[in-house]
Formats: sequence, structure tokens, C-alpha cells
Amino acid sequence: MGYLGSEDIVLLIEDGVYAAAAGTVKSGLIEKLLEQNEVYALQADIKARGLEQLIKKVKITDYEGFVDLIEQHTPQSWL
Amino acid sequence: MNESSEVRNVMVVVRKAPHGTIYVQEALEVMLIVAAYSMNISVVFLDDGVYALKKGQDTSELGSKPFMSAFRALVDWEIEHVYVDRDALKNRGINENELTEIGEDENTGEPVHPQVLSHKEIYKLMQEQHTILSF
Repeated sequence: MGYLGSEDIVLLIEDGVYAAAAGTVKSGLIEKLLEQNEVYALQADIKARGLEQLIKKVKITDYEGFVDLIEQHTPQSWL
Repeated sequence: MNESSEVRNVMVVVRKAPHGTIYVQEALEVMLIVAAYSMNISVVFLDDGVYALKKGQDTSELGSKPFMSAFRALVDWEIEHVYVDRDALKNRGINENELTEIGEDENTGEPVHPQVLSHKEIYKLMQEQHTILSF
């Protein structure tokens, strides 16, 4: 997170979507990030993990939205 | 003590989240294999492993094998000693009632739930094992 610029957006995929869950000991980190940056999470990965209570400002996207985000930004994949 | 005649206590420990890697699938395979032999099997979910027991997981859009349903039938495989770490749940904001049942009681038909335990209680169980297989 320390490597993000204010224009950068974050897309959570695969196990990364656990970070979008509300009420965890780490939720505060994402809430803080949301003060400056947009955070997206991939719907299919959320559904697969049965996550229901998400941090409110996290935006949900599908695979098409995923592609759009890649088109609009310079992706950097942090595996 | 003649160890060879003693029934082995085997514990499978699940510590990883279920879908990003195949560790949980592998753990499940091992549980079912161990359960097929005359051993006392117990299963413990620690750390991110507790996510494996969360209700409402639907992997249909991932196109991966829907192995989660097996956790709802562990009792059918005579895997009844299933434990979950209390702190791991708390740290992840998961309530006990959000965990899947692990099967039905043979006699009453009542759902069987995994048992939520403290670190200390899990430690005690670990002391009783001959073998611990960690995933």
C-alpha cells in the first residue's frame, strides 16, 4: 500500500478479496486506503469465498469491469 | 507400550484459505484417506484455514471443483472431531453461526457443528496426537 500514488486504484482478486471483508483486524488498513484511493473487488472471487459483509466503500466489479480497469490504467500485478 | 497395536491419533491442520491455492483441497483428500483407515482422526482449522468452513461459498463462477460440499458431510466419513480456532474467527470477523455444519447426527438427524476452541485447548489436543499433518 505504501507504493500507491493518489491516482492509483486497487483491484482485489482471488484471495486478495478477503481484504475487502468488514470487521476483521485488518479492515482498518483498507478503510484508510479508501480515504485516498479507489478499491475494487472481483465479484466472482467474493462469491466463491462466501463473503457478505464488505467494507462499504469497496466497489464490486465483474470480469468485464476487470478488463475495463486494465484498459483504463497501467496494471501492475502483485501476485 | 506396544505402539504398533495402538490406534493412531492423526490430526489434520488446515491453515490456508480455500480457493487461491490447492492446500485445502489437498487437506480434504488426506482427511478422507486417513478416515478410511482405523485411526482416530481430528481436523483443526487455524489462521486463514477457518475461511474454509464459512457458509455460502459458491465457486460456480470460478470454474474450479466445488469441493466445499464435502465439508458439510464430514460426519458421513466418520470425521466428527472438527475444531476451529476461536481467535482466528474473531480476527476475521466471522461469527460461529456463519460456519457450515459438518453433517447430521446419525440418530437424531440434528446438524453437527464444528467445535470452537481456544489456543490452549487446541494445544492440548495436539499433545495427544501421534501424527500432525499441516496444510
